[in-house]
Parts: sequence; C-alpha cells; structure tokens
Amino acid sequence: MHFFGLSPDEIEAVRLSVRVAFWAMLWSLPFGLATAMVLARGRFLGKSLLDGFVHLPLVMPPVVTGYLLLLLFGHNGPLGRFFAAFGIVFAFRWTGAALAAAVTAFPLMVRAMRLSLEAVDRRLEEAAGTLGAGRIFVFLLVTLPLTMPGIVAGMVLSFARSLGEFGATITFVSNIPGETQTIPLAIYSLTQTPGGDSAALRLTAVSVILSLLALIASEFLARQIGRRVSGD
Amino acid sequence: MLEVDIEHRLGAFALDVRFASGRGLTALFGRSGAGKTSVVNAIAGLVRPRRGHIAVDGAVLLDTERGVCLPAHRRKIGYVFQEGRLFPHLTVRQNLLFGRWFAPRAPGAAARFDHVVELLGIGPLLMRRPGRLSGGEKQRVAIGRALLANPRLLLMDEPLASLDGARKDEILPYLERLRDASEVPIVYVSHAAAEVARLATTIVLLADGRVQAVGPVADIMGRAGQYPLAGGFEAGAVLAVTVAAHDRHWDLTELAGGFGRLVVPRLDLPVGSALRVRIRARDVILATDRPSGISALNVLAGIVEALAPIGDEALEVQLGLGPERLLARITRRSGDALGLAVGRPVFALIKTVAIDRRSLGRGGAAADFGEELEVFDG
Repeated sequence: MHFFGLSPDEIEAVRLSVRVAFWAMLWSLPFGLATAMVLARGRFLGKSLLDGFVHLPLVMPPVVTGYLLLLLFGHNGPLGRFFAAFGIVFAFRWTGAALAAAVTAFPLMVRAMRLSLEAVDRRLEEAAGTLGAGRIFVFLLVTLPLTMPGIVAGMVLSFARSLGEFGATITFVSNIPGETQTIPLAIYSLTQTPGGDSAALRLTAVSVILSLLALIASEFLARQIGRRVSGD
Repeated sequence: MLEVDIEHRLGAFALDVRFASGRGLTALFGRSGAGKTSVVNAIAGLVRPRRGHIAVDGAVLLDTERGVCLPAHRRKIGYVFQEGRLFPHLTVRQNLLFGRWFAPRAPGAAARFDHVVELLGIGPLLMRRPGRLSGGEKQRVAIGRALLANPRLLLMDEPLASLDGARKDEILPYLERLRDASEVPIVYVSHAAAEVARLATTIVLLADGRVQAVGPVADIMGRAGQYPLAGGFEAGAVLAVTVAAHDRHWDLTELAGGFGRLVVPRLDLPVGSALRVRIRARDVILATDRPSGISALNVLAGIVEALAPIGDEALEVQLGLGPERLLARITRRSGDALGLAVGRPVFALIKTVAIDRRSLGRGGAAADFGEELEVFDG
C-alpha cells in the first residue's frame, strides 16, 4: 500500500506514533485530572513541592527523563520488576515509548486542566450543594462539565507533545523499527542513512499534517465546548 | 417553623442572632454589613457558626453543643442567590430539574414542575440557556430551581438587588404569589424598605450583627425611630386594606381598612381584593384641627403614640389609627408649634397622588400574622 508514497516501514512508524501518543494521552488522563484537582483545590503542606515535581519533565533534559525511566522501569529497575510481575513490560517495548511520552507530556496536561479548574466559579458548586448534590455529584455535574475545555486542551497538548517525543524515548526504549521507532526516531535514523533524505522528507510532511490536524481538532472542540459552557 | 440561635465571629464583626419565624415571608431587614447574609448562609449550611442551634419544623440542622452540623446538601434548604448562579452549561429546563436528581421521586412531580413553571411564567424559556436570559428571567428560573428541589424553607438573598427598577417590578408580583400560594416558608434578605414593606409577613430587623426587633410587618414598619437602626431607609407605615369601591368619574379607588377609608388613584382590581399600602412618612401632613379647604383627599383621625427625633431637625411621629399605625415625618419646629405629645389626637393628611403603584402590594398574609411570631425562647 502506498499512502503518500510511504514505504511499509514508514507507514509502520506513523501508526506506531499515533498509537503511542493515543495511549500516552489516555493513560495520563485520570492521573492528570487528579493531580490538577489536588493542585487547584488542595491546601496542604508540600503543595509547591508537588507542583515542582509535576513540572520537572518540562524543564529537565528529555534524555535525563529517559535515563531515570530506564533506571526505574528497566528490566532491573524496581518499578520495572514490580510491573513485570503483572506481565507488563516497558523496556524496549512500545509501551515504554508510551510511558516516556506520557511522562514528558504530563506537565502540559496538568497545567491546562489546572487553569481551567481554577476558573470554575466555586459559587456554582455551592448552589449545587443547596440543591441536594453531594461532593461527588457536584464534581460530576458541575465541576467536570465546566472544566471540559481545559480537559480537552490538556488532552490535545499531551497528544501533540507525545507525537514529538524523542529524547526520553530513544534513551529509555531505544530505536527499534516496528516496536519503538516513532516518526521522530525514524526521521532521525533516516537522516543518518545515506540516501534517506526523501523518506525523511515524506515523514516530515506526515508529521506536519498530523500536528495541524490535532490543532484544528482541538480548536473545533474547544469552540464547541466553550459555547456550551458559557451558557449561550 | 424556623428557629435560629447563632453566634459567629468574622474578624472584628460579631454576629449574635436569635429569632423564630413561621409561615409566609420573613424579611431579614437591615443595612449592608448588618450580618443578614451570614445568617442565611448559616441556615443553608454554607457557613458554620461557632456556636448555635438551627432547626426547621423540628428537624435540627445545626446544634454545636451536640456536635450536629448537617452538610448543605442534606439540609433541604432552597437558596436563591443574589446573582442567580444558574448552571451555564445546562438549559433552563435542566437547571430547574437539577434538584430532582437527588430527591426521592415524589408522586405528582410532573404536575409540580408544570405548576412552578406556570407560577413563575418561565414556560417559554425552558429550552434556552442561561447566558441568553435577562436578569429578571434568570432570577425567576433561580427561584423555580430552588423550589423544585422540594425545600422545607426557601432562602432569598437580595434576589432583586442586581436588577433595575423595571425588572424589580416584573419579579415582585411573582414573589407575592409565591408567598401566598406556596406552603414553603421564605426567609428574604433585603435592605430595601419598599421591597420589605410589600413582601414581608414578619420582619426581623438586624443591625450590627444583632436582632433589634421582630414582629409583623405593620407593627415594625409603623414604629417610630427605626430609621437609624436599619440605616437610613425610607420610613413608611404599612396598612392592610381591601378595595371598597371604584369612582369611575374621577378615576379613583377607595380602600377600606381598620382606620377608615383611603382614596387612591384608580386600581384595576376587583372590589374585595386584599392589599397592603405603604405610606411614606414624608408624605403625611399633621394637623391638630380637622382641616377644610384643602386639596388632600384623605384626612384620617388618630392619636399620637410615640415621638422619635430623627437627626437634628426632624421628628418621626407614630400615630394610632384604630388598630393600624401610621408614621409621619415632620420638623421639630412643627412638632413644637402643634404641641405634639403622646396621647394627643391629631389628623393625618395624605395626598392621593402620593400613593403610586409601587406603594401597593397584594395583601397576602400581611394582615393575618399570628401566634408564631413571638421571639424564639429556648
């Protein structure tokens, strides 16, 4: 099959990239929302410490993040051994690429959700309480819908950042075609190969198109949801 | 029956409030900063007082001595906020039905929904979203939303404060209907004397975090010298009347009350309708002899019951007109010239045209305040 004139290997890289980014986004969603909730609403000692910790992947060199993941989630890492007991292996697998992408994109996701949560009018939650809604229902029926623009923005940011993940991925799970070689890694390999320029260019075009599509989709969703949430 | 007895401290402000109220509409009346909103927030469970006891119809909502403090969502207290607080992501219909998610399914719920929608005139708005409603429409929906959660008590915190004059006039009749037609007692916070005079069954006068007076609307509004307590409000007595006759030739209406008759501009109401009339103290002229050759159509005979100085130059005179009370505001000089003293018979003159539409409200429970009004004791 020649889609955009891509070779089977290149198509595999595109599919892998989308798969890695999608699962990275989905798995970090509940953790991102919980963290955003704690940071937006919680009042406890060490909150700024948690805030700093969450933002760490944003400021650390991705290679450092990848190396730390390797130490923790590698074959001999403590968490790696823990998950291996449940049959979940990250090292040199696409799941590891998804984990690396999720970790590096996490601060962006949390930030978008937190801002949106902080913008929710607490007085509306109070009003819901006087109408008989307990805390869980207030969250599900008022807080969550009003935070939706931020949640969508956070998901799109996470997805887009995951598509572009390079440093942490190559350090943690290496560059294995068909398993961990996502578009950026494939482009990198091609630029290191004599005569790989045209293939690199094709993948670059795909990458640009994917990024644009993600942006357009997020704009569209944000506008739809924004209209609903503003009450017009 | 609502019983409130709370103490609370907010910075330098101390709240110490104790009152009981019954059916109809109880107005928490006083200037801003008197503690009115803190009281309703404590009733709703949004503020937890340091010490206190709050019960509605025997159900204890708060008892600090026994460590009882029901969370807001289990109190069944409806709350209409000053700014409406409608959920922007839901339609009007979904807003109205919000409380039903958490209430046990009651028989006749659908009929009740239709009834409330009809009562508040919000039928045409049901599919709209709150962002597209006017201020008055928002408040009506907010009232309906609170009512449809089946509350045992409805709190309203200055629901008209953010509306202009025309919007207020649009909502007031709905509030009167609510007071008269619904069995849910209402606690209504306001600093506007005209609003309170028109709506209240009972008034709880608050100043500096304390209850200054509690009683039926006509009693409190007709008392001289309340002006400084409630903070510069436009003093005026409230009289309970019924429409007695219409004078088509002169376009006037005659109202009858315990004090005699009152002629006002023509009203479009059937004979026998119960009304309340607010007569501002500054619209009343006093005379010691029955005057003749004057334009004022209303001359009522009464007896001076009390005198209270207002500022340096004025006096508030409380008159007994049979069972009713009237307030007049005159200068100290006039009081001196007329030799006014408690027990002295006088005539009160009221210009017919001084009584406009805004002075009139539906009678409702204004006249039949009853036994449940004594200050809660215990």
